[in-house]
Amino acid sequence: MTAHPTSSHFKDNAHEALRDAPLQKALTHVRANFIERRAEAAQRLPEFEALRDSARDIKNHTLAHIDLYLEAYEAKVRELGGQVHYALTAKEGVDIVLKLCRERGAKSVTKGKSMISEEMGLNQALEAAGIEAVETDLGEYIIQLRGEAPSHIIAPAVHVNKEQVEEEFRRAHLHLPKDRDLSEPVQLLSEARGVLRDKFLNADIGITGANFLVAETGTSIIVTNEGNGDLTQIIPKVHVVIASLEKLTPTLEDVSQLLRVLARSATGQDMSVYTTLSTGPRRQGDPDGPEEYHVILLDNGRSSMLGGEFEDMLRCIRCGACMNHCPVYHAIGGHAYGWVYPGPMGAVLTPTLIGVKEGGQLPNASTFCGRCEEVCPVRIPLPNMMRHWREREFERHLSPATVRYGLAFWAFFAARPALYRLATDIGMRALHLFGRAKGRFSSLPFAGGWTRYRDFPSPQGATFQSQWRAKSRAVK
Amino acid sequence: MADAVRNPIRVGLFVTCLVDLFRPSVGFAAVKLLEDAGCQVFAPSQTCCGQPAYNSGDRATTKGLARQVMAAFEDCDYIVAPSGSCAGTLAKHYPELFADEPEWSGKARAFSAKCYELVSFLVDVLKVEKVAAHFNGVVTYHDSCSGLRELGVQRQPRKLLSTVEGLELREMKSPDVCCGFGGTFAVKYGELSDAIVTQKTANIAASGATTLLAGDLGCLMNMAGKLTREGKPVAARHIAEVLAGMTDEPAIGAAKTEASK
Amino acid sequence: MSARDEILANIRASLGVTGAEAPRRLAVRERLAQAPSGVIPARGQGDDATRLATFRAEAERAKASVVEVAQASDVPNEIARYLRDANLPATLRMGEDSRLAAMPWGETTLELSHGPSEGHDLNSVSAAFAAVAESGTLALCSGADNPTTLNFLPDNHVVVVFARDVVADYESVWRNLRARFGKGEMPRTLNFITGPSRSADIEQTLLLGAHGPRRLHIVVVREG
Repeated sequence: MTAHPTSSHFKDNAHEALRDAPLQKALTHVRANFIERRAEAAQRLPEFEALRDSARDIKNHTLAHIDLYLEAYEAKVRELGGQVHYALTAKEGVDIVLKLCRERGAKSVTKGKSMISEEMGLNQALEAAGIEAVETDLGEYIIQLRGEAPSHIIAPAVHVNKEQVEEEFRRAHLHLPKDRDLSEPVQLLSEARGVLRDKFLNADIGITGANFLVAETGTSIIVTNEGNGDLTQIIPKVHVVIASLEKLTPTLEDVSQLLRVLARSATGQDMSVYTTLSTGPRRQGDPDGPEEYHVILLDNGRSSMLGGEFEDMLRCIRCGACMNHCPVYHAIGGHAYGWVYPGPMGAVLTPTLIGVKEGGQLPNASTFCGRCEEVCPVRIPLPNMMRHWREREFERHLSPATVRYGLAFWAFFAARPALYRLATDIGMRALHLFGRAKGRFSSLPFAGGWTRYRDFPSPQGATFQSQWRAKSRAVK
Repeated sequence: MADAVRNPIRVGLFVTCLVDLFRPSVGFAAVKLLEDAGCQVFAPSQTCCGQPAYNSGDRATTKGLARQVMAAFEDCDYIVAPSGSCAGTLAKHYPELFADEPEWSGKARAFSAKCYELVSFLVDVLKVEKVAAHFNGVVTYHDSCSGLRELGVQRQPRKLLSTVEGLELREMKSPDVCCGFGGTFAVKYGELSDAIVTQKTANIAASGATTLLAGDLGCLMNMAGKLTREGKPVAARHIAEVLAGMTDEPAIGAAKTEASK
Repeated sequence: MSARDEILANIRASLGVTGAEAPRRLAVRERLAQAPSGVIPARGQGDDATRLATFRAEAERAKASVVEVAQASDVPNEIARYLRDANLPATLRMGEDSRLAAMPWGETTLELSHGPSEGHDLNSVSAAFAAVAESGTLALCSGADNPTTLNFLPDNHVVVVFARDVVADYESVWRNLRARFGKGEMPRTLNFITGPSRSADIEQTLLLGAHGPRRLHIVVVREG
């Protein structure tokens, strides 16, 4: 469930997250697992770096020709009996889904994991229309029960521990015996499997996202480990695919390039368990499969990103590697980012999609350590993109006044070397005298953000430049 | 711009504002290392590479400072900085800064090609194989992010440290993970920065080392400040001080009376 | 203006094109027609024996079990043995695949059923369209021969692979697919399956049998 963004309260969110003991415990799993596994998978494949280049190039080519690939894709889908719908905005997308449900008298819908549907707030809209929407990815199901948004784009319940899952299952699955043992993860999985099996078999419509849309064949591709996306689409009479424009990929050969870097970057697997290519409704003679196949293509701001400073962000294949390696994400988890997309990719995408006023803090909360860019399978220069946001904010005077004045003060001196040398020499000698006894300051005016948590080392006294000049004069 | 490198090589020391203001001894250590390797070292009048303005989104100020830097160091064969982040700004970001100005774009690219971080310059360009320093103690080394990821500085510090007599290097867990400094980030997002540096100091302490080394003073001041606040018995120095055998000054954040090892 | 028109117009405005430019149209037409390959890992390559060995190693790495039999007629007995050893009932659902139909099921006491699954089957068997050595992946096509529900609803899934269908890489699957269905054509569903269903959503603990099969057993037929 994705309600209103709280990204503008990032600092408060982060503060809460740092104090959240169960969350902090869960985050140690993220630190430990994802990084090692990706490294192993990359190491085990000599062609990995070349594949990253290939993936980036395919994405760039596609984006440069996306209007034409869109037309080709649509023609192919229609040719095979599928229907294509276009939605300029999230609201339009929701309306299309609701119309499809209403027209078919759908009472219950199963959902494969789809970040796009989070972006659209689809579940709330379905519930409001009296349609039961059941998330079938185990992680998504858990957070749906908890009324939460996902905290990671591929491991949505990474912030939840098993005691919390047990609590939710006991609360929701009232038809099961109260004295059952749910202390182990395998028991929780078993229970979820049974409960959701029922939902799969009785759904009127199955809604999935798409990792890729293939123009050559009119195919939508989903990548899962559970098989839930498959049960979502092959059992009900209607399969609806919701995908944003940049999922378009030209050919099957191009898809293999992207698939080779996707799972490796996400979980360290060479391939996810299920990579499913779906093309249209069931064929004449097929004993199973949906009778109707709909694809909803969502823009929601993507077309405006083309040709601009943030175009590279459209290469993203939603693997999650960036957040898996981010020291900020490791410290606070995904909810603190306040909307659908967390971590470095969220820091770039959020202001694009919900505006810089609401989302502008996120690109500022980065040390630019560069690990995200280092692991991105499609080589998105994430720190550069975040810096672009900071430039936009600076231009529009959206940075806090203290920062602007502090920088202006610094810049004034830095642009005047002689004055700078004089002022810094005087300043550092003075500061040295104050700090000489201990060698450090435990508090300093204007530096509360620093000294609340750590000491500030005191300067050695005369600056390098004043000493250097003195030495040169002495030599002469 | 000099076409051929002269003999001796003329190196402009980009001392960096943190070293200039807070720890000049690092600058003098850098000078010694460069002179020992046969360079003639100059330190033109300088202020800042512009990184704080750049990372705050103020391109105009950054450009002004960049032009100033390029002018000041015009007559050098190389420009060397005892800092991965400042060297990274000079070597990698200046060209991007002037991408939309044809005249300056060429100048920036030519300038950037001459800019290096200190330790990688010694090893990769001057082919320094060893240093003649002694340092008794167990040391751990932190890889600063810009140096590591923008400039590939990782193998070179360890190579030179292995030639310091008496020094034992013990790697900490995750030496290549950010220390949480990030420039203005440490002040703007103090609590978050603290959470990250707390992870780092735990790893430093767990390594068993009594001295922490790195190639960036910003990272060092951040980690040293946390170590002293936590009362952990680890002294922090810039790697140049140890490589140059100039460790008489108190460690970062330490007073003259405290033991520096 | 429809949403479609507006989106295309937005895209073209952002890219600074009209959409009628010949070079762009040619580039797209050519890429779609020629479908050039990119980087293909060396891992899955090699002669028949090498590819089979790689496929097996990778599939086992993904937690499938793999057994090789000499000929197609050995398959029913192998499956009966597998179910017996795993303490599973001797029941089996399959589609209309002629390769499976031709096998001597009568040699076993397996209770067979045919057609798509409705969710009440414990065990199923499918015949793969291809197997990919580079990642131990099976490729299965939808249709009456091997209904897709057999891949997901039963607890235990057995897949028969003929050694001649073990290819090196995904690109070979596309080639074979085009040979079977035609360029640009696809079955309704093509499943790439690598190991049994799993989830690590609960405290990052890896568990098998999330919604799809708990077990994936692969029987490779070496000749025939």
